[in-house]
Amino acid sequence: MRIAGWGVVTGFVLVALAAGLFLGATGIPAGDVLRALLDPSATEAPIVRGLRVPRVLLAFMVGGALGVSGAALQALIRNPLADPYLLGLSGGAGLGAVAAMALQVPGAWAVPLFAFMGALGAVALVYRLSVVAGRRLDPRVLLLAGVIVGAFSAAIMTTIITLSQADQLRNAFLWLLGGFSAASWDAVRLFLLYAILPLAFLMVQARALDLLTLGEEPAQTLGTDVERLKRIVLVSTSLLTAAGVAVCGVIGFVGLVVPHALRGLLGPLHGRLLPAAFLAGGAFLVLADAAARTVVRPIELPVGVVTALVGVPLFAVLLRRSVR
Amino acid sequence: MTFTALDASVRYPGARDLALDGVAVRVTPGSLLAVVGPNGGGKSTLFRALLGLVPVEAGEVLLDGRPVRTWRRDELARVVAAVPQREEPMPMLRVFDAVLFGRYARLGALSPVTATDRRAVQAALERCDAWAFRDRPVDTLSGGEWQRVRLARALAQEPRFLLLDEPTAALDVRHEMELLELVRRLVGEGLGGMVITHHLNLAARYADRMLLLHRGRVVAEGSPQEVLQQDRLAAVFEWPVAVTTWCDGAPQVIPLRPGEFGFPETRSATTSLDQDHA
Repeated sequence: MRIAGWGVVTGFVLVALAAGLFLGATGIPAGDVLRALLDPSATEAPIVRGLRVPRVLLAFMVGGALGVSGAALQALIRNPLADPYLLGLSGGAGLGAVAAMALQVPGAWAVPLFAFMGALGAVALVYRLSVVAGRRLDPRVLLLAGVIVGAFSAAIMTTIITLSQADQLRNAFLWLLGGFSAASWDAVRLFLLYAILPLAFLMVQARALDLLTLGEEPAQTLGTDVERLKRIVLVSTSLLTAAGVAVCGVIGFVGLVVPHALRGLLGPLHGRLLPAAFLAGGAFLVLADAAARTVVRPIELPVGVVTALVGVPLFAVLLRRSVR
Repeated sequence: MTFTALDASVRYPGARDLALDGVAVRVTPGSLLAVVGPNGGGKSTLFRALLGLVPVEAGEVLLDGRPVRTWRRDELARVVAAVPQREEPMPMLRVFDAVLFGRYARLGALSPVTATDRRAVQAALERCDAWAFRDRPVDTLSGGEWQRVRLARALAQEPRFLLLDEPTAALDVRHEMELLELVRRLVGEGLGGMVITHHLNLAARYADRMLLLHRGRVVAEGSPQEVLQQDRLAAVFEWPVAVTTWCDGAPQVIPLRPGEFGFPETRSATTSLDQDHA
C-alpha cells in the first residue's frame, strides 16, 4: 500500500508539472514547449523559460512549503483542521508584506521580513485569544481565533491597498487571494533562500512530531523537548508562510487538503508524511495555478480562489468528522 | 539507581492551594509502590512531578542523585518510562509503529531504525501479549488491547523505572488482572514500579508498599497492612469501611452500606457527597 501511495504521489507530481508547463494563457503546441525547454534559442524560449518554468517552480515550492506547514501545524494542535491560512499565519504575513510595500521600506529583505513578523504576530495573537477562552487549548477555539485574526488582517490589508499609491500594490487580488502572475527567477531564488532552512528544520523533527500527536505529556515522557519543538514548528511555519506570501500573496487550504489526502495513502507517520506533503502540495498548487490560468482564459483567476474552491468543501467534511 | 521525591511541593499556576504538599516518596528497583487516595488528592500531580512535567515549588525530585528538572527529556526517557492516564490513539497508526515510538529516546531525530530497535519492539509486544495484532491500526483496538500496547511502548524504552497512572481504569477483570500480573513479573525482574490506582484491594495484593495521598499530603506510607487501616481510610475517603484479610494475608477493604456495622442509617450517600463538595 505504501509503494502504491508513493506511486500516486509521483504520478500526481508528473501530471501537475506537465499541466503547468504545457498549459498557459498563450496556446503553444506541446512540441514547441519541449523544444524551448531543450533549446534556449527556440522561438518560444522566452515564454517557456522566462515565464512558465519559474512560475511552475515557484508554485511547486510554495505549495510544498504550505503542505509541509499544514502537516506540522496539524501535529502541533493535534487536529487535522489546521493550516497556515486557517490559523491566521497567512493573513498576518500578508498584512506584514503589504505594510512593508505601502510604507516603501527599502531593501530586498523588507517584504519577507515584515511578512515573517506579521505571521509571528498573528500566531501570538491567535494563541492569546484561545488561551483567554479557556485554560486548556481547545483546537476549535484556536481555529476560530485563527479565522478571526485572518479576517481582521485581510480587512486592514484591503484598507491599505485601497488607500495606497504604491506601484507594487496595484494588483490587490495578488495579495488577498494569491497569484503567480509576478513569478520570476528572482522570486524563485528569494523563496528558496527563505524556505530551505525552515523546511530542513521541520523534516528533522519528523519523529518528534509523531510523538507530539499523542499529546504533550506522552511526547515528553517518550523523550521529546516539547517546548523547543513547539517553538521550532511555529517559527518554521511562520517563515515558510511569510516567504510564500512575499512572493505570491495569501493562498489558503493547500496545507489542509494535502496532508489529509496523504494520510490515507501513506499513513500518519511524519517521516513519510512531510516529504510527501512537500511533493503533493507543490503539485496541487501547480495544478491549481494551471487551472487559474486556463479555465476562463484569457482572464486569470486568483489561485487562492481555486484552492479555496477545493479546500472549503473538504474543510466542511473534516469539521463534521471532528465535532462528531 | 534511586528515584525519590524529597518533600516535593507543587502548585499549579493561579491555584491558591498546593496540589502536592511536601511529599516524600521513593520508587525502589524490584519493588512495586501503589499510590492511592481520593480524587483530587494529588496522585496524578505526584506522577507528573516525578517525571518533571510540572515544576516543584519546594523540595526536589532526584533521579540517580540528580534533580529530575536538570535531565534532558531523552536522557530521562531512557531511564523512566510512563503510561499516562489518558491518551487518544492516533488514527491509522500501526501497533508496531506505535511501540517503536518507545525507541525515540534511543534513536534521536535522524538515525535509522536498527535490528536492535525492532527486536526491542518485538520483545515488548510479546511481553504484553500484543505481538499478534502488531499490524492493526491502533484506533481499532479495544481498551484492553490499547493499554497493553501503551505498556509495550513503555517497555520498548528499556527503562529502569516504570510509572503507571490508573493503567486498569477502563479494563474488565481479566484484562486488569493480566496487566497487573505482567507488571508484577516486570518488577520481579528488577524494574522499579509505581502504579496509581483506585483499586485498594488489588493494590493491597500486588504492591510491596503503598502510599496514601490526601489533599496533597502523605497520610500513610508502608506495607499494605500498615496503610490500609479502617479508621484512617474512613476519614480520608469520608465513607465508613471495614477492613478484612484475604487468604494470602492482604488486607481487603469493604465499603459499608448504611446500617452495616454501626454505620448510622441517617447518614445517606447524598449527605456524605455534599460534605465532600463543601
